[in-house]
Amino acid sequence: MTDTASESRDAPVLAPVLEISGLTKTFDDKVVLDGVSLTVARGQTVCLLGPSGSGKSTLLRCVNWLEKPDQGTVLLCGERIGMRPGGVVPMGNAELAKLRMRMGTVFQHFNLWPHLTVLQNIIEAPVHVQKRRREEVIAEAEALLENVGLADKRDAFPSRLSGGQKQRVGIARALAMKPELLLFDEPTSALDPELVGEVVAVMKSLSQAGSTMLVVTHEMGFARETADKVVLMDGGRVVEEGGPEEFFGNPRTERARQFLQRYVSA
Amino acid sequence: MIRDFSLIWQSADRLLDGLINTVLLSLVGAVLALALGALLAIPLMASNPVLRLVSRGFVDLMRCVPFLMLTYLVYYGLPRLGLRFDNWTAGLVAIVVYNTAYMAEIIRGIWSRLERETIEAAVAFGFHGWRLVSRIILPQIVLAAGPMIGNQLIQIIKDTAFLTIIAVPELTHAANSIQAQYFIPFATFITAVLLYWALCMLVEVGVYAVERIAEKRR
Repeated sequence: MTDTASESRDAPVLAPVLEISGLTKTFDDKVVLDGVSLTVARGQTVCLLGPSGSGKSTLLRCVNWLEKPDQGTVLLCGERIGMRPGGVVPMGNAELAKLRMRMGTVFQHFNLWPHLTVLQNIIEAPVHVQKRRREEVIAEAEALLENVGLADKRDAFPSRLSGGQKQRVGIARALAMKPELLLFDEPTSALDPELVGEVVAVMKSLSQAGSTMLVVTHEMGFARETADKVVLMDGGRVVEEGGPEEFFGNPRTERARQFLQRYVSA
Repeated sequence: MIRDFSLIWQSADRLLDGLINTVLLSLVGAVLALALGALLAIPLMASNPVLRLVSRGFVDLMRCVPFLMLTYLVYYGLPRLGLRFDNWTAGLVAIVVYNTAYMAEIIRGIWSRLERETIEAAVAFGFHGWRLVSRIILPQIVLAAGPMIGNQLIQIIKDTAFLTIIAVPELTHAANSIQAQYFIPFATFITAVLLYWALCMLVEVGVYAVERIAEKRR
């Protein structure tokens, strides 16, 4: 097809799903993002590392415009988020929603909807936002629950689940959107240590299955084994970016060496 | 005393009519007040300061007006401005306007204590506007607000008794007219009180049912 031909001419081997460039964000004089640029290609898993307060989570929140950046652009599959073409007029909620429903977000504190059962949590947005057929979505949701090992919790309420189970439901809920991009905001940070493994295992299998993922995490093991690219942030800037072998084995910057010393040995 | 109650029994149809009117006024009033209160809670929670100020002003005004005064105003005052209602409608309007403010305040209070994160998650998944309110915010509010809304329902049932002063044929009005005919105040009023009590017990049963639904989700 001519489409593919022109794409392969313009773009590198893999078309970027997410392109962030020159993002800045200031909260009351405190610079949280200071000109961050980052690209996630289709099928890639990119891990965002950095000490707390380095701007990782804010960056993630700017991607789906939960936080409005002061400057810079975010493109999802080439479409600008937050601003209408031209970059002057901000998007309304309905326009933003159209882009947001193409991403799936997994939150640190799960943020499941407490009034809905596990299954209802998963089908809620596909049915009521994406307007897909209910029966079809339920069948997919049941398959997703099977994949994350929670088929028997289908009709339970979130309050009855362990943290690890909640997070696996959170992942299934994000996947049910059939998202072009999965965003993970410290998905294991709120979990008891013995529950981290079950969530990391699900994320690994997603990454291997070719999902496009941007993951803010402190799980160095996950980043080393799964990431296609590791990005270290500090003070609102990207300080180092590279493949995991290179980043963990032979970091280029002093800051990365310090960070790894503190986090990997701990 | 037995004779008194047998007289009441003979007037059962009048009491029943009154009871039906009380139930209708309470029910229709509560449903409308709850719906309008939910709508009014949106400007109360809005980020726009003008919207917030105007809606807050209405709520605070209503909460400081005695219900009886509002009833007088609707029935006797509004015709001066060209708005004339029959007794029944005037009573309903007073109940709805008054309780909308209370319902809005109940909903706003619960809303502001809802976990922001579950709402934000819904926004991240593409919810916005009315669908966000009706699918994610309101259900959580109703489950959390069950007992408070129940209290307000009981308040509404009791407030309907005031409508006797504008001759709405509700339960208190019926009791009053039976009493005036036979001069049996104790038997009539105790019967009316028991009927009010029975209505309130029904509300309590409803609140209990909502609480059981909510309990499973906590």
